[in-house]
Amino acid sequence: MHKRAALLFLITTQLLAAAYAGPPALPAGVLTDTPVIPIGLGFESSYEPIFANIDENDEVLPIAGFWELRAGLRTQSDSDQQNTSIAESRLQLEIQKEFESFALNFTTDLLYDTVDKQRSIDLEQGKGWLDIREANIEFSPTDLIDVKLGRQILTWGTGDLVFINDMFSKDWNSFFNGRDEEYLKAPSDAIKASFFDTLVNVDLIINPHFDADRYIDGRRISFFNPMLGEMSGQSNLVKTKQAHGSEISLRLYQTVGAYELALYGYNGYWKSPAGVEPATGLSIFPELEVYGASVRGPVSNGIANIEMGYYNSKEDKTGDNPFITNSEFRFLAGFEQELLKDLTIGVQYYLEWLMDYGKYRDSQSSASHHRDKYRHLLTTRLTWLTRNQNMRWSLFGYYSPSDDDGYLRPKVHYKIDDQWSAEIGGNFFMGERKETFFSQFRHNNNLFAAIRYGF
Amino acid sequence: MKKNSFYTLSFLIFGSTLLLSTAVLAMPTIDEIVNRTNFAAYYQGQDGKAKVKMTITDKQGRERIRQFVILRSDESTTDSLENNAYKGNQKLYVYFSRPADVNKMVFMVWKQPGGNDDRWLYLPALDLVKRIASSDKRTSFVGSDFYYEDVSGRNLEDDLHELISTDDNYYVIKNTPVNPDLVEFSHYIMYIHKKTFLPIQTEYYDKGGVLYRRNQALKVDTVGGFPTITQSSMENLKTNSKTLMEYSKVSYNLDIPEEIYTERFLRKAPRKLLR
Repeated sequence: MHKRAALLFLITTQLLAAAYAGPPALPAGVLTDTPVIPIGLGFESSYEPIFANIDENDEVLPIAGFWELRAGLRTQSDSDQQNTSIAESRLQLEIQKEFESFALNFTTDLLYDTVDKQRSIDLEQGKGWLDIREANIEFSPTDLIDVKLGRQILTWGTGDLVFINDMFSKDWNSFFNGRDEEYLKAPSDAIKASFFDTLVNVDLIINPHFDADRYIDGRRISFFNPMLGEMSGQSNLVKTKQAHGSEISLRLYQTVGAYELALYGYNGYWKSPAGVEPATGLSIFPELEVYGASVRGPVSNGIANIEMGYYNSKEDKTGDNPFITNSEFRFLAGFEQELLKDLTIGVQYYLEWLMDYGKYRDSQSSASHHRDKYRHLLTTRLTWLTRNQNMRWSLFGYYSPSDDDGYLRPKVHYKIDDQWSAEIGGNFFMGERKETFFSQFRHNNNLFAAIRYGF
Repeated sequence: MKKNSFYTLSFLIFGSTLLLSTAVLAMPTIDEIVNRTNFAAYYQGQDGKAKVKMTITDKQGRERIRQFVILRSDESTTDSLENNAYKGNQKLYVYFSRPADVNKMVFMVWKQPGGNDDRWLYLPALDLVKRIASSDKRTSFVGSDFYYEDVSGRNLEDDLHELISTDDNYYVIKNTPVNPDLVEFSHYIMYIHKKTFLPIQTEYYDKGGVLYRRNQALKVDTVGGFPTITQSSMENLKTNSKTLMEYSKVSYNLDIPEEIYTERFLRKAPRKLLR
């Protein structure tokens, strides 16, 4: 026992002595903590590259995607809608396969939707249990041409949740119901050919068959139906007459210094119903041409953008047809800046100018629901990142001083870990008049929550 | 005798001149050290590529992973320091693969030391090319303990540099910001490896003079003749968070075409190059 205690004492004192036996502390300075030479320096033998241990299989995942649950409630009752604004389980699967000279992309969503009970699949309008987001082949016939053929998501233009020259399909139901922002973009079945040149780059997109927006039809979102002069919901769904024809979208663009310049052209149809066929009362997608331009680049400490477009409503060139939307001139100016560390603010001004306004007024009946000549719209986006950028607080607001209405999209998103994330948010419409753009949706205010597992 | 003493004298003079000149050669100027360091850390080769894995560990020990491939091209077409190969404009292309929510996202930078960088972000689910407005370079890079500026480099003219000591292995340099209001540190100290000019340790001191952030090189590999830090860590001593950054598949001078850093390849990733 004594021997053992003595040994222990000896070891302890030795250890303590060792701990305190270092050289005397240097005067306050820099050499107190001289770093250890890292592996690879000083040992000539280890000069061979030895790569860090990264799982090579991590790079090419055969299947990626996510699973999510999303639920939401209306914050006021609407006799023509369910109280549940959204309640669905969604599995997105994404497969990409690369070959020597081409690549295949396939992304599909499997949806279990308890609000919209329609189970039969409508890939165009995104109804039913299956929504194919991407199914395309990509290849480059020459070094300076890229082609993407098939179902794809398409976006261009400079606006933030405001679109002028981006005439690709949108899903407004998803947007207003609290789905992830990626679902604002509906897929297009198109041929996209891109030509690259030092002078100018060209994107040419042809949709052989017109792809309409997933427009507001009353199924999920109640709205003001100007033809009926009253609110429309589930009991009074919009009936449309499909446009039969193709769409062509063109963009010429180039970056000059740090400034991105673009010219746009579109020949097709209004993407959401913009008129009525008097004989049948069906909503229609009249023919439309759009010409526009944009510029985006750094200004002061932020990014500024200007975009404009002329909407030529070809079936009502003179503006006196009461059943078809008149031509419009649209303008957008925006600016975004980081105000403080991890806090960004963006502001936009947007104008819709209804052309041939006199003829429009003359053609309308004396009913009071007519549009203003100018619709002014202001938007703000605030994004604040906290908790090591794992928590994102965001608020997007629209306010129209001319319509005196608005729309707020608050959201908090938290990345729980590398797989799981959760979010809560809302959609709030404001305004007094029943017919103005945002105010017509004021019975659709909703709160939602979602949880997602990514893989 | 006379002849001998002449020889001795000339030998002495020659010898001491030699000694003196080697001493001068062995002791580079402060500018030379700083420039060589910046070159070794950010500008080696005309271009470069690496696979990067970041492991972020917070004070509770929870880990998050970021994985990406980074491509870099210098505007300068030389590696010679006389021709300013240690500074100047660069373009960066960062292609993310992990975690799942950033898979296939691309971050592109046209770096301009001394000015505001141009930054883009490509969001594949929306096919959206976004311009990023952030101007603060001392914000976290993808939620890690590395700042944007640690990854892309800090403008040399933003600090005053002084050599405060040397030992067998290191030049120790103190860097004091020219405009202290723009940064969160009062100064930082770099231990620069004499032979390779790699920054082995960097210590950041807050406005009160307390060490609060530390970068350490943990592993160096020589690739294509360039000693390269392939493992490093950044610790935040205030939050007790730590990020380990590991490089693999490092290569230099791949002749990356300039077009890679354009909208075309944001929308269509150059997969062969990223492999």
